[in-house]
Amino acid sequence: MLDFPRWKVWAVIVTIVVCIALSIPSFIPDNVRRTWPSWVPQPTVSLGLDLAGGSYLQLEADTKDVAASRLDAMRESVRSVMRRDPRVEIGDISVQNGQLTFMVRDPAKVDAARERLLEVTGSGAGLTGQRVWDISVVDSSRFVLKPTQAGLEEAIDTAMNDAREVVSRRINEFGTREPNVVRQGKNRIVVEVPGLKDPQALKELIGKTAKLEFKLVDTSVTPQQIQSGNVPAGSQVLSYQEGGGQIAVFRNAMITGDMLVDARQDYDPQDGTPGVAIQLDGVGSRRFAKVTQENSGKPFAIIVDNNVISAPNINEPILGGAARINGGFTVESANQLAVALRSGKLPVTLKVVEERTISAELGKDSISKGVLAGVVGTLALIFFMLITYARFGVYTTLALVVNAFMILGIMAIFNATLTLPGIAGFVLTIGAAVDANVLINERIREEQRVRNRNALASVEFGYKEASRAIFDANITNVISAVIMFAIGSGPIRGFAVVLAIGIVTSVFTGVTFTRLLVADWLKRNRPKTIQI
Amino acid sequence: MFPLKLVPDNTNIPFLKYRNVAMVLSILLIVASIALCAVRGFNLGIDFVGGQTVRVHFDRAVPIDEIRSKMASLGFEDVTIQEFGSAQEIGIRTELPDGGDTAAEAAATKMRTTIEKGFPGARVTGVESVSSKVSNELFRTGAWALGVAMVGIALYIWFSFEWQFGVGALFALFHDVALTLGFFAVTQLEFDLNVVAAILTIIGYSLNDTIVVYDRIRENMRKYRKMEMVPLLNLSINETLSRTVVTSLSIGIVLTILLVLGPEVIFGFTASMLLGIVIGTFSSVYVSAAILLWLRLKPDSFVQKAAGDAERVTSRELP
Repeated sequence: MLDFPRWKVWAVIVTIVVCIALSIPSFIPDNVRRTWPSWVPQPTVSLGLDLAGGSYLQLEADTKDVAASRLDAMRESVRSVMRRDPRVEIGDISVQNGQLTFMVRDPAKVDAARERLLEVTGSGAGLTGQRVWDISVVDSSRFVLKPTQAGLEEAIDTAMNDAREVVSRRINEFGTREPNVVRQGKNRIVVEVPGLKDPQALKELIGKTAKLEFKLVDTSVTPQQIQSGNVPAGSQVLSYQEGGGQIAVFRNAMITGDMLVDARQDYDPQDGTPGVAIQLDGVGSRRFAKVTQENSGKPFAIIVDNNVISAPNINEPILGGAARINGGFTVESANQLAVALRSGKLPVTLKVVEERTISAELGKDSISKGVLAGVVGTLALIFFMLITYARFGVYTTLALVVNAFMILGIMAIFNATLTLPGIAGFVLTIGAAVDANVLINERIREEQRVRNRNALASVEFGYKEASRAIFDANITNVISAVIMFAIGSGPIRGFAVVLAIGIVTSVFTGVTFTRLLVADWLKRNRPKTIQI
Repeated sequence: MFPLKLVPDNTNIPFLKYRNVAMVLSILLIVASIALCAVRGFNLGIDFVGGQTVRVHFDRAVPIDEIRSKMASLGFEDVTIQEFGSAQEIGIRTELPDGGDTAAEAAATKMRTTIEKGFPGARVTGVESVSSKVSNELFRTGAWALGVAMVGIALYIWFSFEWQFGVGALFALFHDVALTLGFFAVTQLEFDLNVVAAILTIIGYSLNDTIVVYDRIRENMRKYRKMEMVPLLNLSINETLSRTVVTSLSIGIVLTILLVLGPEVIFGFTASMLLGIVIGTFSSVYVSAAILLWLRLKPDSFVQKAAGDAERVTSRELP
């Protein structure tokens, strides 16, 4: 009991000092910490949004979207690959029931067509080695392309990763501090933005698909046709706020968002209204120049997310690839569109399925009250331990305080976040730590009183006998912490993390650390009996 | 009188004498809780049923009627207005509107803008919206985590003690969870994910209690092999009584302070935890020990497989 080897003593002391040191940066205000030299390690426990304020958004992608746009893209690929020299003549490509069908006009060219199809479907195998498309030929010349489940899942996965990228870029453009954007599950993205003032603007920004297209207006379509929706096959009806609600445009886009290199909010040189200046890349510029040359005098529509923003007339060929988007913008909305265009198109539509926004002031109030209650509670607990266990109460108290700092220190290493349920875990851990020491102290009492042991033996047996119960109690808590972490979601996980860390530190401080203190005292004073 | 001793030396309370009364009481309480949960149900938060809550801080008296009429004009007839601690901080909650996954979020946005425009000086301090899909998931994972954790714990106790102890602990856990849920059904305090964390904490405490008592029972069974079960259980509970009292009291003190001084957000949480301490202490003394008798735990349960240990225990008795 008394002979703690020297290395053990040092190991305990060093562990405690290191953990406490690691907890210190968390108590230093941000602006002070920023002035520290960068080589000083600064692990911190960040406060969860429920405590510090901020926005938590859970976004869900419509996976049907991915399937549909994939089919659309495939239709384009098939069309262009068949058009290549020597041309394979095919009939109309129809997209129906999640599959794509077309007919090869010359049955002798079926094999050639299949060769080309394999080029665009990536020889039928995706990254995972599984087939991405099922290709079959029916009635000797009709091709049927059907995406396989594996292919679809792969596409959704890719789309989600891209979407996560785009969302991060947009939030960063938004100028918020330390946003956290992570994928969750198959088709969800979680966005956490601490200290956000206006979640509405953020949601609007994230919600924009920002699919930009320039299409020529089909002026041959009459308003009656638009009304009845009965327009030629090559045209489509889109909504157009300014020009009477709806407008007909040709389906083929002359410019798409992927030809964009830049987008900035600016002001119209003539009337000073806000708009968005865009710059096209080489391919886009050449095509824009060509189309505007050929269609001088006709209107073209600037379309964002299938809404026509404006439909100006082409007065002269537009060379150099610079264009402006006008149409009833405010500075904010123009800026938002510029950001959305700059960060690229979202490959999927994202919907907000869960939102939690807590204002910073609310969190602050909770924290100050929580800290006050925590301090008073701790003092009361210390007082109670002192009058109950005298000297051993001092050790218990020391263990509790060290324990609290150690938990914070270790959480800081893992960069864990402290949330309200985390505080619940904290309370449980402190409770368990108190209990461990009470168990030991009571056992020492008992060994001394009931079994008439001397001071040294009482302490020794006290620790030894109590350890079993402490061990069993803590193991069960570890089990539940692990299970809760594995299965539970958000708040339950926060609880589990703190619990798991706290169990380890409370056993360490409650058993090992206090034993060291007690042994030291016993060695120095050699008391006959212990007042406990 | 120093140090303070709350439980006098040589206390010998015949706890198990009242085990039938206690068990009847327990079962009645459990049945009542379950009945209450079934009949009255919970005031489930939006975490579990979906919907939206907008928190508003008013710098004057809250114009409740005005809010109601404003909300009704938005199409929310059935709004709940809850106070958050002070009378100036309220939460306006409405149920999940029809219209798919994002309806809750859209409605929350609408409410937010209406309030910001309609009441000068009112500040929206928080918005929460959960779609039905997400709330279902949260409910499912929460229930799963709770259930599997309980079974895992029972398995561990079974392996490390005897099967009777595993069953006893599981029953005690069930008892505690049922009564806590009953408490929430009675008070209609909002039941959200944070409450689940509170219940987990209660389970943790109660389990600690149960295991401390069980550990002492196991130890005494090895030590006093000839002793009858009832006196042995009584002895074990009495021996650990001082510890039970000191631990429960220290945690109780801290929780009471948190309840009085702490932030409003944790009120339901601390209240249920305080109750949990009482329930948990009761269950570990009466339910978990008494059930060992009904499960016919025999004095020799640990003898055969723990012969080596028993040797150690006797030799330790020598001075």
